[in-house]
Amino acid sequence: MALATRAGSRSIPALIWRSTIGKKTVMAVSGLIMLLYLITHMLGNLKVFFGPDEMNAYAQWLRTIGEPFLKHEWFIWIARVGLLAAVVAHGVAAYQLSRLDLAARPVKYAHTRRRTSYATRTMRWGGVILGLFIVWHILDLTTGTVNPHGVHGEAYENVVATFSTWYGNVIYIVALVALGLHIRHGLWSAVQTLGLGSRTRDRALRATATTVALVLTAGFVSVPVAVMTGIVS
Amino acid sequence: MSSFTEPTGYRDYTTAEAPLRDTAAPGGPIAERWDRRRFEAKLVNPANRRKHTVIVVGTGLAGGAAGATLAEAGYHVEQFCYQDSPRRAHSIAAQGGINAAKNYRNDGDSIHRLFYDTVKGGDFRARESNVHRLAQVSVEIIDQCVAQGVPFAREYGGLLDTRSFGGVQVSRTFYARGQTGQQLLLGAYQALSRQIDAGNITMHARTEMLDLIVIDGRARGIVARDLLTGRIDTYLADAVVLASGGYGNVFYLSTNAKNSNATAIWRAHRRGAYFANPCFTQIHPTCIPRSGEHQSKLTLMSESLRNDGRIWVPKRAGDSRPPAEIPEDERDYYLERQYPSFGNLVPRDIASRAAKNVCDEGRGVGPGGQGVYLDFADAIARLGRDAVEARYGNLFEMYERITAENPYEVPMRIYPAIHYTMGGLWVDYDLQTTVPGLFAIGEANFSDHGANRLGASALMQGLADGYFILPATLADYLARNTGLAEVPADHPAVSEAVFEVSDRLYRLVSNNGDRTPDSFHRELGTLLWDHCGMSRTEEGLREALARIPALRAEFWQRIKVTGSGQELNQSLEKANRIADYLELAELMCLDALHRSESCGGHFREESRTPDGEAARRDEEFSYAAAWEFRGTGAPPVLHREELTFEYVHPTQRSYA
Amino acid sequence: MTTMNLTLRIWRQAGPDAEGRLTTYQVSGISPDMSFLEMLDTLNEELILADEEPVAFDHDCREGICGACGMVINGAAHGPERTTTCQLHMRHFSDGDTIDIEPWRAAAFPVVKDLVVDRSAFDRIIGSGGYITAPTGSAPEAHATAVPKPDADTAFEHAECIGCGACVAACPNGSAMLFTSAKVVHLNVLPQGAPERESRVLDMVGTMDAEGFGGCTNTGECATACPKGIPLTSITAMNREYLRAVRKR
Repeated sequence: MALATRAGSRSIPALIWRSTIGKKTVMAVSGLIMLLYLITHMLGNLKVFFGPDEMNAYAQWLRTIGEPFLKHEWFIWIARVGLLAAVVAHGVAAYQLSRLDLAARPVKYAHTRRRTSYATRTMRWGGVILGLFIVWHILDLTTGTVNPHGVHGEAYENVVATFSTWYGNVIYIVALVALGLHIRHGLWSAVQTLGLGSRTRDRALRATATTVALVLTAGFVSVPVAVMTGIVS
Repeated sequence: MSSFTEPTGYRDYTTAEAPLRDTAAPGGPIAERWDRRRFEAKLVNPANRRKHTVIVVGTGLAGGAAGATLAEAGYHVEQFCYQDSPRRAHSIAAQGGINAAKNYRNDGDSIHRLFYDTVKGGDFRARESNVHRLAQVSVEIIDQCVAQGVPFAREYGGLLDTRSFGGVQVSRTFYARGQTGQQLLLGAYQALSRQIDAGNITMHARTEMLDLIVIDGRARGIVARDLLTGRIDTYLADAVVLASGGYGNVFYLSTNAKNSNATAIWRAHRRGAYFANPCFTQIHPTCIPRSGEHQSKLTLMSESLRNDGRIWVPKRAGDSRPPAEIPEDERDYYLERQYPSFGNLVPRDIASRAAKNVCDEGRGVGPGGQGVYLDFADAIARLGRDAVEARYGNLFEMYERITAENPYEVPMRIYPAIHYTMGGLWVDYDLQTTVPGLFAIGEANFSDHGANRLGASALMQGLADGYFILPATLADYLARNTGLAEVPADHPAVSEAVFEVSDRLYRLVSNNGDRTPDSFHRELGTLLWDHCGMSRTEEGLREALARIPALRAEFWQRIKVTGSGQELNQSLEKANRIADYLELAELMCLDALHRSESCGGHFREESRTPDGEAARRDEEFSYAAAWEFRGTGAPPVLHREELTFEYVHPTQRSYA
Repeated sequence: MTTMNLTLRIWRQAGPDAEGRLTTYQVSGISPDMSFLEMLDTLNEELILADEEPVAFDHDCREGICGACGMVINGAAHGPERTTTCQLHMRHFSDGDTIDIEPWRAAAFPVVKDLVVDRSAFDRIIGSGGYITAPTGSAPEAHATAVPKPDADTAFEHAECIGCGACVAACPNGSAMLFTSAKVVHLNVLPQGAPERESRVLDMVGTMDAEGFGGCTNTGECATACPKGIPLTSITAMNREYLRAVRKR
């Protein structure tokens, strides 16, 4: 083998997609895109506390963003496609990295012990739960397929209907706790992957990740809790 | 071989009449000799270099540096180490630093002063030409290592920091915290790895050299065992370089790595390479005392501790009070008392012997009375705990981990331990042994330290030999021997060496005795430590010389090695090394017996000044003793290389 | 002095392709001052005399610097203390304890025999870029380039890695990110390492991946197990270097 740079022959996409660090970068970037979306999504959800008119008008407005530059619902479809791409990239990279990671440690220790945090250990299964939840969530509140009310344009009523069922609450709350845990480790981890962490910033970063995870979870969970307690009906 | 005369004093060896001469050494003013030698050396055409194969055994500072440099120059290198990676060679454990005559401090240092200090520190038993060259090359080593990214300690201005080390009056020791050896070795290892990756070096890790192949009087290859599969293979080359380190492990307990061994140099000795000054062993004064019978090795703590620590023992023998309860006026700061101007910073051999003396008087402390206090209470009071921690924090931590005692509160206990061997294969100015084509570098040779090595000089010598000296002199050998015939793999000398190696291993695994390898090693180690350790007497050495052959015979009768030779078998590896120690130990004792003077690390109780200090006897012993092997247990032949001192006039060392 | 009696459950495996299993041994008279390896020496002496094969394990300097030793003790790489196995002392165990001893587990570190594994993948990672090209004799005067002390200290802190492999053993993904990043950061932070800064990280990461080590999921197990305290931020810094190198293409 020559002393010349071996990486010299590899293209940028190969250096990204064919290396563990590159693939994790894909996960970090797609994860951050989804996180930004979730923050706006959670803030929009809080409209539920201002009554059906405001909530439904907001849902309607989302379809009109960018008009007249964009045609009706174009923005929302662009966002959906972008998000789908992020979910797929995140999921595929996660799947491939997980396969690699499991293959890199084929034999387990006979003497097992736990040391890393719960959030860290549940990244993989938490991710799977979230993937399944997204499917259910779309069927429930986007298409209305599995929603007990299921009327297009009546976002408020659909939400109340879902959270008036026990299973609706259980699925949602379990998924949201999973989301909180996933973000708590995932946000911090994404920052490390992008090379933005440092020793001096580490405490602040960890605190930020925990705060974002808590606020996001609390914001989302406040809706079913409000429905269950009758604050929203 | 020349005719022999019967020795006058002992029946155990014969002396060659003709003195041994270093024919490679150039004459002229000492400062010009190395340049002259390099100019006179023949060169190998770059296009022809890859046709030459060189074997390098060992990947420490000397071997790693040599392999990397030779491969860089274009030779094909076959390199060997017994460890699983070349990065683990025992040079890695050196703590203190590396000397170089840079004079960055403007404190009066110079190449000549480093040369002078090294010759004097070696108690006038080293060759002036070699030592001067070492001092010259020292300057280039630092440049080389910095270029490789060795993270030496730096000052706030970004320039290299230095410290004064081992009682030297100038600040010429470069260091990387307490891990200088590690950092220098990793530099060499990285350079080596680059050449391995480039295909210029074939690296054989976990492969141990077990014999040397000599054909028509020249070293042409080695026999080595793959430690994983047990496979015995031969490797042929145009030249063989031994960089296999010292033989301190003959003592069982030493600061060497557990698997460091003397087999490569001993096998080379058996094949004709003279072994010089085997009795010159260095005992390091600041090691952690042993804690019991189970002790498997000793741990050294950097000598820099003596810069601030004060060494003492109770004045009264058998005083078993805890140190804090012994009042100041009942403590004996014996080094400060005996050597007021150097105090706790006297050279290693003197500090070690003084510790042994107070322990022999029953004033030692700790388990078995084998220890003295190294007390930092004054330093902490004077400098503050933080300053002491900044200087020695990692050493204190290491001490506490091993002993479970906190040295900030309780004085450390230290005791001398075998640390380095100045003796080794005799080499000429070109670092070539008496077998043409066989070179020895680093601790494996005897060349530069005389009877005592100065602190921070081992790293300097290893790298000087490996990076700068050997590559130049080896090229000369290759250039002058371009027409070496190809060695057929079935050459009788090759088959004979392979047979001998296999036969010996077979004898070890098939013996089925009742004693473990370690039990023999411990017994031999104790015997040597008692009689050929810190102080030696004719009576003790004679006793050891009587007992070693008996122990050797018992070894071959009672050794027990489980398993087979065709697998990873660590007991077999051990046993095979111990078999060589049992021969080497005899030569060490014989050398110590014949050298009835005291010099450097070799202290003969019979040869003392009126006030009890070591007395060197230049009229009789101003020579390097190079021993020729004549068969196991047979009297070896002593060849004397007279030492002449043109630039540093021999004086009796005085540190009082 | 009180001594201890212990039950050891040690992974025994005759060779790379042989089946292995945990085998139970009793040792007695263990002094608290013994190192963990001296305790195993004691067992091995008894095994040899009983005509059984002693337990094979890598070790050499026994002072925590060569990086040869390493075993997973009760599920932790190098055992309960933050040090190497050779510097772990028996005073950290109690009389009557059962101790599980297993080899490093990772696909890239196949078991050779008992507790001995093959870590040569580390050497190949270094060979692919973990150096500064500085042929002997070509070096400029050492003081020609000043290195700011903080950079020199960072380099040193990362250069302390002993290549023992505890990071890989502790990582649930068998990842060598901490090992690789330690060398990348050591050399990339120095001015001498700058000319090869990009190729170094790209090549070393490429080799690391090709050797079958897993990816990093930032669990931090590696840094917790590291006997030399290489910080987890080392990995972050390598990620930064990697992405920087990709951007500069």
